[in-house]
Amino acid sequence: MTRYVLRRLAIGILTLVFASAVVFFVMEILPGDPARLMLGLNATEDAISALRQQMGLDQPVFVRYLAWIGGLLVGDFGRSYTYSVPVLELVTERAAVSLPLAFLSLILLTVIAIPVGLFAAARRGRAADAIVMGLSQMGVAIPNFWFALLLVYFFAVWLRWVPSGGFPGWQSGLWPGVKALIMPAVALALPQAAILARVTRGALIDVLGEDYIRTARAKGLPRNQVLWRHALRNALIPVLTILGLQFAFLIAGTIIIENVFYLPGLGRLIFQAITQRDLIVVESVVMLLVASVILVNLVVDLSYAIVDPRLRGAR
Amino acid sequence: MSDMSVTSAPSGTASFLRRALRNRSFMVGLVITLFVAAIALLSFVWTPYDITQLPVSERMKPPSATHWFGTDHFGRDILSMIMIGARNSIAVALVAVGIGMGIGVPLGTIAAARGGWLDETVMRFNDIIFAFPALLSAIMITAIFGPGAVNAIVAIGIFNIPVFARVARAGALALWPREFVMAARVAGKGAARITVEHILPNIVSLLLVQGTIQFALGILAEAGLSYVGLGAQPPMPSWGRMLFDAQTRMIVAPYLALFPGLAIVITVLGLNLLGDGLRDLLDPRLNRER
Repeated sequence: MTRYVLRRLAIGILTLVFASAVVFFVMEILPGDPARLMLGLNATEDAISALRQQMGLDQPVFVRYLAWIGGLLVGDFGRSYTYSVPVLELVTERAAVSLPLAFLSLILLTVIAIPVGLFAAARRGRAADAIVMGLSQMGVAIPNFWFALLLVYFFAVWLRWVPSGGFPGWQSGLWPGVKALIMPAVALALPQAAILARVTRGALIDVLGEDYIRTARAKGLPRNQVLWRHALRNALIPVLTILGLQFAFLIAGTIIIENVFYLPGLGRLIFQAITQRDLIVVESVVMLLVASVILVNLVVDLSYAIVDPRLRGAR
Repeated sequence: MSDMSVTSAPSGTASFLRRALRNRSFMVGLVITLFVAAIALLSFVWTPYDITQLPVSERMKPPSATHWFGTDHFGRDILSMIMIGARNSIAVALVAVGIGMGIGVPLGTIAAARGGWLDETVMRFNDIIFAFPALLSAIMITAIFGPGAVNAIVAIGIFNIPVFARVARAGALALWPREFVMAARVAGKGAARITVEHILPNIVSLLLVQGTIQFALGILAEAGLSYVGLGAQPPMPSWGRMLFDAQTRMIVAPYLALFPGLAIVITVLGLNLLGDGLRDLLDPRLNRER
């Protein structure tokens, strides 16, 4: 158990280090000098080199990488080239929209997909199964941002139940904030739920063919108990694996979905930063998102050990 | 058993075709995919209207007999734009699958053949790439080189590398302990030669199925990227970009958002059905895995 956990932790940290190096060095080979960019066309060479020195741009790349990593660890993301405010300030303000959105859709995704997968697996080959599978085949093919546009049209433009977008801010209370995130979260979660429901069904059908399920049924356990307790637990590994991968899609999805609903999240920040060539902001946001993907996958890896005791001794 | 590939014996081909014709999801998927490909090819020689013309009098016309899918804010025919957009979607997704296979399959098969630290290195390299969703790669590439369709290809292609590396590795690992590989080793063949002569032909079906799935995902990813402005740039029509343009005009012209979206859904649905069907056809043992 400890060995498995330690190994996974080490791999997670290693991945994080290499991924941060990729982000940093890719952004480093950029043409264009941030100092020159900040000062504009009329700046003198002296002023530019002075600013370069102040920003530490005259240091060797490797030193700057270490300084950047060290900064990230203590919450110093540097200063935005265009806004001249700490990047951390910009990022936390926007992350307060994007991360709740990602987690809300993760919850919705799980809450929808697993019961639907169970339902379909329990009625394998019957009409209900066929309908669920047909719907999920459709769901897999629908781009989330198009689905979002349809939701906006149906609920905001046509029925006028909800505003078509925007975000009131958390200072106006928890419920108004969550309310503004519900439709975006549904748009993000449903297409992914279609995938997860298929995986859950497939994994359950495999497990339901096993001897211990027959034994459990034969000794008189109720069908539902066998399904939820015995079968689901054994089918959880593939489900968790896909769920971890889906978090990466949800993170990327929030960036796109924010554009549909005009949400002031990390997605809009990053696109602004790209047009303004505010690279330190792009770098920080990408790093933050990559780190959260790695973190969630680490949690998934570790949860295997809880779900499947056999893994604790393995590898 | 596992050498029952598409190109075995003539009688095998005949029975394969018979089974293919009976496989509903394969046939429906194949028909849809061929239809979309044909539309894309047709757009090179003919579209209902010339979309480089911007007739002011035809702006924002709802669907009618003259413009089946209506016209956009420049007066361009939506059907013609969707036809040309199909080219862009297919090209981006296809090249991205090519990149993923071209790099991922050698990586995966080498990792399986050599094992040890090399295998470990390849797997950890996969982990790193997996941490970058295609959108984040595209954002970084765009921040450096500016927006364009090539960025979308590269970003989606990079994302495909670990996918194919894993599939190829898993497939190869399952084959290495098999008797016919053992026999080849006893006959004195090296790891590289065994990989090319015995491993690769036997994982082609796995790769083909995964390729179809990644193709579908590539179409979706390209649409998302061009929707946020990181893909094909105007005036080149792309389905994602058309949806972006439709978004602000949805109250007056919802049809603008309807047809490009349907084009994406139908194409992806067709490819997914084709992939499912191929999986059933090429390796019945795989049925139970999903």
